[in-house]
Amino acid sequence: MPSILAISGVSKTYATGFTALKEVNLDIQRGEIFALLGPNGAGKTTLISIVCGIVNRSSGTVTVDGHDIRKDYRAARSLIGLVPQELTIDAFETVWATVNYSRGLFGKPPNPAFVEKVLRDLSLWDKKDAKAITLSGGMKRRLMIAKALSHEPRILFLDEPTAGVDVELRQDMWAMVRRLREDGVTIILTTHYIEEAEAMADRVGVISRGEIILVEGKAELMRKLGRKQMTLELRSPLDSVPDGLSRYALELSPDGSQLTYTYDNQSDRPGVASLIRDLEAAGVQFRDLDTKNSSLEEIFVNLLRQEP
Amino acid sequence: MNLRAVWAIYRVEMARAFRTVLQSIISPVISTSLYFVVFGSAIGSRITEIDGISYGAFIVPGLIMLSLLTQSISNASFAIYFPKFVGSIYELLSAPVSYLEIVIAYVGGAATKSIILGLIILATASLFVPLHIEHPFWMLSFLVLTAVTFSLFGFIIGIWAKSFEQLQLVPLLIVTPLTFLGGSFYSIHMLPGIWKTITLFNPVVYLISGFRWSFYGKADVSVGVSLGMTLVFLAVCIAIVAWIFRTGYRLRN
Repeated sequence: MPSILAISGVSKTYATGFTALKEVNLDIQRGEIFALLGPNGAGKTTLISIVCGIVNRSSGTVTVDGHDIRKDYRAARSLIGLVPQELTIDAFETVWATVNYSRGLFGKPPNPAFVEKVLRDLSLWDKKDAKAITLSGGMKRRLMIAKALSHEPRILFLDEPTAGVDVELRQDMWAMVRRLREDGVTIILTTHYIEEAEAMADRVGVISRGEIILVEGKAELMRKLGRKQMTLELRSPLDSVPDGLSRYALELSPDGSQLTYTYDNQSDRPGVASLIRDLEAAGVQFRDLDTKNSSLEEIFVNLLRQEP
Repeated sequence: MNLRAVWAIYRVEMARAFRTVLQSIISPVISTSLYFVVFGSAIGSRITEIDGISYGAFIVPGLIMLSLLTQSISNASFAIYFPKFVGSIYELLSAPVSYLEIVIAYVGGAATKSIILGLIILATASLFVPLHIEHPFWMLSFLVLTAVTFSLFGFIIGIWAKSFEQLQLVPLLIVTPLTFLGGSFYSIHMLPGIWKTITLFNPVVYLISGFRWSFYGKADVSVGVSLGMTLVFLAVCIAIVAWIFRTGYRLRN
C-alpha cells in the first residue's frame, strides 16, 4: 500500500546554527497509528512543524498523499489536522466560533451538523457558547482537537496529546484516536509517554538528536528488543552465585534472597528449563518465581543508551 | 483562491471590533470630539479662517486622517501580532491559505474597521461644523487608499514586533508625531521658510493635503503629488509584505 506521508532526506538547521533534524527519512502508511518517540529536544515537533508548513525545511522533500508540501501546499495541507502541544487558542472566541473558523480556514463550506457531531464526540457540545478562556485545561485540549478535526482531515498529528492531561481524559482521547483510525484517518502522535505508544500505536519510530534511529512495528519491536526477566525467591539466602551457574549471568540481590535471570528471544543464552535444572543440581532451592516482559519504555531507554 | 479562508479571517477580525466596540469605535469618537472642543473652540476662536475655510471645518480632514492612520496601523498590527503572541498562528501557517489571501483578509478587516471609523468621525464632525465635500469620489478614494496602505504598514509592524512595547513603538513615536506635524491642524503655508521645506519630507503631509483637497478643493501640495506619494508608500508596503512572505521573516522559522 502506498504511504500517505513520505519524508525523504529532510534536514533542518535553524538560523542559530542548531541542527534539529539530520537527513530524516520516514514513510507513514495509510490508516495506521504511528508513534514518534523521543526525549525532549529530539526533533519531534520540528519534524511535525515542517510537514504541516509551520517551519521551513533546510533540505529534503515531503509529500502528503503524493502532494509536495511546498509546490502543492493547498492539497497537502487540506489533508492534515494538527493538534499542537501548547494550548494556543483565541481566548475570547466561543467554542462554536473558533471551531467554525478552523473549518473555514481550511476552505470547507459551513456544515453545522458535522461541527455539532465533532463537539458532541468530544463532550464539548454543552460548552459551544462558552468562551475559550472559561474552559478548563482538559476542555481546552478537547477544543484543540475539535479544531483540528473540523475540516475532516485524513492525517491527524497529535503532538504530545496527553501532556498534563488527567487519566479520564487520556482514556477518552485514546478511545477517540481508535475511532478515528476505524474511520480511516492516519494518526501520527509524538509522545514521551511510552505507555501511550504501547497502548495505541501500530508502529513506533524513535528519534534522537534529530535522527530517526529506529522504525518498527510495535509487536515486532517488543519481540526483537523486548527482554524477559525471571526472578527467583530463594529459600535460603546466598553469599554469591554458585560457580556452576556462571554461564547464566545471574544477578543476586544485595541481601542474597533473590536471583534474577534476564534473557531475550534473540539471544543464544540457555533457556529457563536448563537454568532450573542447573539450580537443582547446584542445590539452590526457591520458594517462588516471577516472570515479566520488559515494557516499551525499557526498550526505549535501552535504545537511547546505546546511542553514541 | 481559498475565499472561504479569507472570509473566515475577515469575519473574526470584524467580530473582534464589535466585541470591543468601546475601544474600537467609541473611544476614537470621544477623542475626536475632544479635539474639536480643544482645537476647534479654543484655537478656532483666535484663528477664524484658513484659506477661506472656517478653522473648525479646516481641521476635519486632518482629524479623520489622524484616526485613520493610527487605527489602521493599530488594527492590522494587533490582528497579526495577537495570534503570534498566543501561539494560534500555527493554524494560519498550516492552513491551505496563500500569502495573498492572508494579506487580503487581515488588511481588509483592518481597513474596513478604520474606514467605518473615519465615516463615523465624519458624521460626528458634521454635528460640530458645517461640512462640504467638493469631490466625494476622491474623498472616498483617499479614505480607502490610506486605510489600505496603513493597514499594510500595520501588518508589517505586527509581524516585526516581538513584544507589545514594540507594537506601540512605531505608531506612538513616529506616526502620531508625523500626523500632528503633517498639517492636521494648520496649513503648512503658515510655517516659516525652513520648517515648510522640512515638512515636505513628512509623507503624512501629502495624505492630509490630498484628503483636504477632496473636501474643499484647496491643498498645501498638488493633489497629483499627494496621490502619487500615497501610491508610492502603498507600493513600498506591498514590496515589504511580499518579501516577508517569501522569506518567512518572523513567521516561519
